[in-house]
Amino acid sequence: MDFLDAFLNPEIIARYLPALIRAVWVTLWISVLVVISGLALGALLAGLRAYQKRWLSWPIVLFADLMRALPPLVLMLVLFFGLPSVGIILADWFVLYLILTLVLAAFVEEIFWATMTSLPRGQWEAGAATGLSFLQVLLHVIFPQALRMNIPPLVNRSLTISKMTAYGSVIGVKEIVSVAGSAQAFSGSATPLTMAALAYLIIFYPAMLLSRYIENRFHYEH
Amino acid sequence: MTAAQPLPTLEITALEKRFGETQVLRSIDLKVQNGELVFVIGPSGSGKSTMLRCCNRLEEPTSGAIHVSGKPMLGIPRKELDRMRLQVGMVFQGFFLYPHLTALKNVTLAQRKALKRPRAEAEARALEMLDKVGLKHKADAMPSELSGGQQQRVAIARALALDPKVMLFDEPTSALDPELVGSVLKVMRDLREGGMTMIVVSHEMQFAREAADRVVFMDGGVIVEEGPPEEIFGNPKSDRLKAFLSRVSGEAA
Amino acid sequence: MDTIIDAFFNIDIMRQATPLLLKGAWVTLQLCAVVILLGLCGGLALALLASSRSALLRLPAFVFIDIFRAIPPLILLILIYAGLPFVGVRVPPFVAVCIAFLLNNSAYFAEIFRSGIKAIPRGQMEAARATGLSPSQAQAWVILPQAIRNVLPDLLSNVVEIVKLTSIASVVSLSELLYSANMARAVTYNSSPLVMAAGLYLLLLWPLVRVISRFQRGLSISH
Ligand SMILES: Nc1ncnc2c1ncn2[C@@H]1O[C@H](COP(=O)(O)OP(=O)(O)OP(=O)(O)O)[C@@H](O)[C@H]1O
Ligand SMILES: [Mg+2]
Repeated sequence: MDFLDAFLNPEIIARYLPALIRAVWVTLWISVLVVISGLALGALLAGLRAYQKRWLSWPIVLFADLMRALPPLVLMLVLFFGLPSVGIILADWFVLYLILTLVLAAFVEEIFWATMTSLPRGQWEAGAATGLSFLQVLLHVIFPQALRMNIPPLVNRSLTISKMTAYGSVIGVKEIVSVAGSAQAFSGSATPLTMAALAYLIIFYPAMLLSRYIENRFHYEH
Repeated sequence: MTAAQPLPTLEITALEKRFGETQVLRSIDLKVQNGELVFVIGPSGSGKSTMLRCCNRLEEPTSGAIHVSGKPMLGIPRKELDRMRLQVGMVFQGFFLYPHLTALKNVTLAQRKALKRPRAEAEARALEMLDKVGLKHKADAMPSELSGGQQQRVAIARALALDPKVMLFDEPTSALDPELVGSVLKVMRDLREGGMTMIVVSHEMQFAREAADRVVFMDGGVIVEEGPPEEIFGNPKSDRLKAFLSRVSGEAA
Repeated sequence: MDTIIDAFFNIDIMRQATPLLLKGAWVTLQLCAVVILLGLCGGLALALLASSRSALLRLPAFVFIDIFRAIPPLILLILIYAGLPFVGVRVPPFVAVCIAFLLNNSAYFAEIFRSGIKAIPRGQMEAARATGLSPSQAQAWVILPQAIRNVLPDLLSNVVEIVKLTSIASVVSLSELLYSANMARAVTYNSSPLVMAAGLYLLLLWPLVRVISRFQRGLSISH
């Protein structure tokens, strides 16, 4: 059949499967790195902002605004094409990693901050009244609560941004889309593109179900 | 002046507090001796909570001095303040247990992080305190699984476990259903018998009559009258106290 | 310092690129209008299906939503634009973008609407039915208006995400803002047009991002 031949040609699947599997690994490890460092950086920024020092909060808010308002693809292109002209050359995968980490951190910071400011004042005061330092209250009382209350949005945001690793194709990172794109060009078949879509489905469909499960669980716990 | 007056456990001197333009406390002086239970009454907005909160600097006093066993609470570095706060236990109207931690962990957290007690010691101490408030069997319960009265008793255990010199209670039973009030008052009574120094802001006048050494009446940010409970309730002097008491007993009746 | 200004904030080059970028911005705006509208309609329809009592309607809706939330819109777009010609269907870039966005945005909007509907207490439906409204009337006049009001902040966040997402249309040579800016960069060998595009995105989205943060503001922190 025409359609199957174009989109799911077995011969082409067999030919490009190994390359695609390698690309899946690239996508996966960049995603994992982004999620870990994005969460950590976002939490750190929210923590710093809690000190409510103007010279600290101001740049943090500005950073979070910019990273949430600018398309990541634009940021990536600015860095990728702009930096070499001032003598800084970054690896393509590092540009991808850096931008996605910063974007995720901005969202995580906002999510944490919203919770930190909406927790009852008494939570901060109970900690302080028992002699915990501000940092200890933050680490042992506030953050664990902020984390628990926000697992669904944190998971969703992490997944959304992990999928943005696909943007790496635009600057030549050898991840799923870029490998599938060149395979399509070489083979003259749409099959590698279908394979790419299926690869994402295999990775992210279970993740979607998981996030749905988490959402329900945390919904009923209240 | 007595020759050898003992050092007060808590001493408030010329305490003032302003929120912007509004003067909430004006020149409060109060000495609480070791083992004493001072009961504070007064109309809403008279500054009772603010006074308690100034004592461990949850509110920053505008001027005046606070001393705990002779050591200053004000004008000390942040680190020192955290250490001083350990000596002043605080119980809130809204309990404020940490919802993500079990009852036991609520009681061990500050012991371990602020007092740096080893885990085993902190847990032993926590269990002892939970036992004292009658909740040893609830050590592994989450706050959401406890009744209001139980939560408040865990909150008391959380403060007690740090071996404070003085305990401050800000309307500890006001958020509780009537049938749960008794359990918390019983714990407070036990504490008093054990010799704990306490300042209690509350509307439980019956408790004041039975348990207080001294009753302090505040109105408009000043201490209007103070004395033993029999005096304050039986023979009020100022008109403001008389009016307050008749209003309160009117509500109770 | 000078090299940085020259590489990223070159006024002359920005001035040259302005007409092209404004044209691109206009295309972006048109694209946004179309895909947001499509996404809202598709999302609402899906959400109603997903909230239905019949599993026969609910299940396919959920599968659709999860599939299109799992696949990155970029690969979806490429598959439609570069794949369909292999079976003899040629679609212009604008249409390809609209189809890809319809599939992706509907899924995201559906999740938002659905969570809003789910949060409305059962009693609301019962009360509406008790006053003689049919199920679909109750849905339309009682449940949905409340649900939509509750999820307004999420809808706004999603709109911001979609506007940013339209930048991927550059990959299929649709001459929207990023594509135009990247063209200008390639011609001038200078990144200033990209920075200028970023500025235009900011102009449009920064106010919205501020509004979203406002929605979430709570009490203050006590020291
Ligand atoms: N953070 C604040 N900012 C401004 N005003 C405040 C603040 N906290 C308290 N006040 C004001 O200080 C006054 C005293 O408040 P406080 O809470 O100490 O009264 P209270 O005697 O405890 O009253 P209640 O019996 O209602 O608890 C009130 O008029 C209150 O409005
Ligand atoms: Mg009060």
